[in-house]
Amino acid sequence: MSTWPQVGAIARRSVIRTSRQPASVIPPLIFPIALMAVNAGGLDSSTDLPGFPTTSFLAFAFAVPFIQGALFSTMNAGTDLARDVQTGFINRLSLTALRDWALLTGQLAGVVVLGIFQVIFYLVVGLTAGVRFESGPAGIAVLLVYGAIVSLSFGALGAWLAFRTGSGESIQALFPVLFVFLFISSMNTPRDLIGVDWFRTAATLNPVSYMIECVRSLIITGWDVQALALGFGFVIALGLISLALASRALRTRMTRT
Amino acid sequence: MEPHDNGIEVEGLVREYKKGPRAVDGIDISVAPGEIYGFLGPNGAGKSTTVHVLTTLLPPTSGTARVGGYDVVKDGPKVRGLIGVALQEAALDPLLTGRDHLRLQATLQGVRKDQRHARAEELLHRVGLADAADRKVSGYSGGMKRRLDLALALIHSPRILFLDEPTTGLDPQSRTALWEEVSLLRREDRVTVFLTTQYLEEADVLADRVGIIDQGKIVAEGTPAELKAEIGRPSVHAIPHREEDRPRIAEFLTQFGEPLASSRDVAVRLREGLGLTDIVRAVDQNGVDVADLELRAPTLDDVFLAKTGRTLEGAAEEAEVTQPEKRRR
Repeated sequence: MSTWPQVGAIARRSVIRTSRQPASVIPPLIFPIALMAVNAGGLDSSTDLPGFPTTSFLAFAFAVPFIQGALFSTMNAGTDLARDVQTGFINRLSLTALRDWALLTGQLAGVVVLGIFQVIFYLVVGLTAGVRFESGPAGIAVLLVYGAIVSLSFGALGAWLAFRTGSGESIQALFPVLFVFLFISSMNTPRDLIGVDWFRTAATLNPVSYMIECVRSLIITGWDVQALALGFGFVIALGLISLALASRALRTRMTRT
Repeated sequence: MEPHDNGIEVEGLVREYKKGPRAVDGIDISVAPGEIYGFLGPNGAGKSTTVHVLTTLLPPTSGTARVGGYDVVKDGPKVRGLIGVALQEAALDPLLTGRDHLRLQATLQGVRKDQRHARAEELLHRVGLADAADRKVSGYSGGMKRRLDLALALIHSPRILFLDEPTTGLDPQSRTALWEEVSLLRREDRVTVFLTTQYLEEADVLADRVGIIDQGKIVAEGTPAELKAEIGRPSVHAIPHREEDRPRIAEFLTQFGEPLASSRDVAVRLREGLGLTDIVRAVDQNGVDVADLELRAPTLDDVFLAKTGRTLEGAAEEAEVTQPEKRRR
């Protein structure tokens, strides 16, 4: 029997589940946009700083929702899978001909579909608000691909935690930790303009800075190969590590002979 | 047993949990193709652990088990392809509808695409959920969830069906409906059914043969009639008019047979050759004050009592007290 119909069935379930939970759909769309609007309004004068890369703080801040939305993807993917472990649904799946990797792939495919939906929503809002891409339509296409990879990588991180802990509460507890990574990054100020030494060092060591700067470069710089390479590199590395850990934890969780 | 037979063969099966007692302690079971085998025992006796091993969810610590001719350890995927399983907790997704569940299960079980829809519709009608098929499972009653669980277990037309306490928590009407469905499966589709239960009546009504398990060991096995015949003699149960008369009535009744443990009434297993009339006559002559006197044919609970020294109900309560740790694992 081909495994791809199984992947499709699990992905479909993932999308149906999320779409039937308004609490899983609306906050990832609204909250990042609201935060961006607040920051763009309150920090607009930052653009007067010498060396600030753009005259529009909205364009500068527009990169953040893409990464923040991915954090929600981590939560959704993790919480859904943890619930499957807690309710015994994973046993139901274990008793079918479903292959381990098909479960993980299907679940993450569902996360990617929802991630792309989020990216399109942010793009529509941003473009309507007047944000222009220096990289043009091709940059928007790259951003869609990047959004899919970011969703996949963060979704895999959530899946690992779900299979490892089997607890939705553990996933919820992780959310503030991930947010700390977001705030200790270059989300509101370019790294070279951060005045506090420890903050600048932390933002430089924080991979989230490079993920944001990758998106930001497409909007305000054009084609910055170094920013793109670092952004794609970190997110792909996170994805590969998370997938390996999630696969291993899944094998342990789906104990069947 | 050859592969593709739909029987079950278990020899010396042991399953130990880390730092725990043996949940299953060297059991032997043989279930013939097309038979309904009732696995009866109190909570914590080892029924669900046995089902988990036979359905490939848990590896045995030692011993062998073949399901449909395939070894549950070496041929896990082949076993899973042959069996349908409804576990103790009907693990359903509250956000999916009944039809969503059947569609998902049909795909995962490899039902051909052109047959999935028809098979799902057939099962929805069969278990009486056609009208509720497009409602989310979160709105289903306990009985509806159990029936959906049964439909999911049957989606790929399995030859062997494992039902782990399928009627626990159901109202009498839902319970009877499920019994009828299980009987029909055996009668019309020749499906082999391995059914665990803690209800005597369920085992008595449904099972061709019954295995009674207690503390991981099978203490009796046979047809319900054979098991009850082993006990042979009926029991007499007296309900005192006044609670303070209980000890006197108990002492009085011991002249007719061996006392039986019972919290509700005073009971003795009658000696050979005695009947209810002997007791009634003696009660009358001695002026013993009883509210009610009843003669009962042996039940499977009597079999359990005879084999373990405890009633099924008492054993279940004992398990509640002594095994909370095991249930948490």
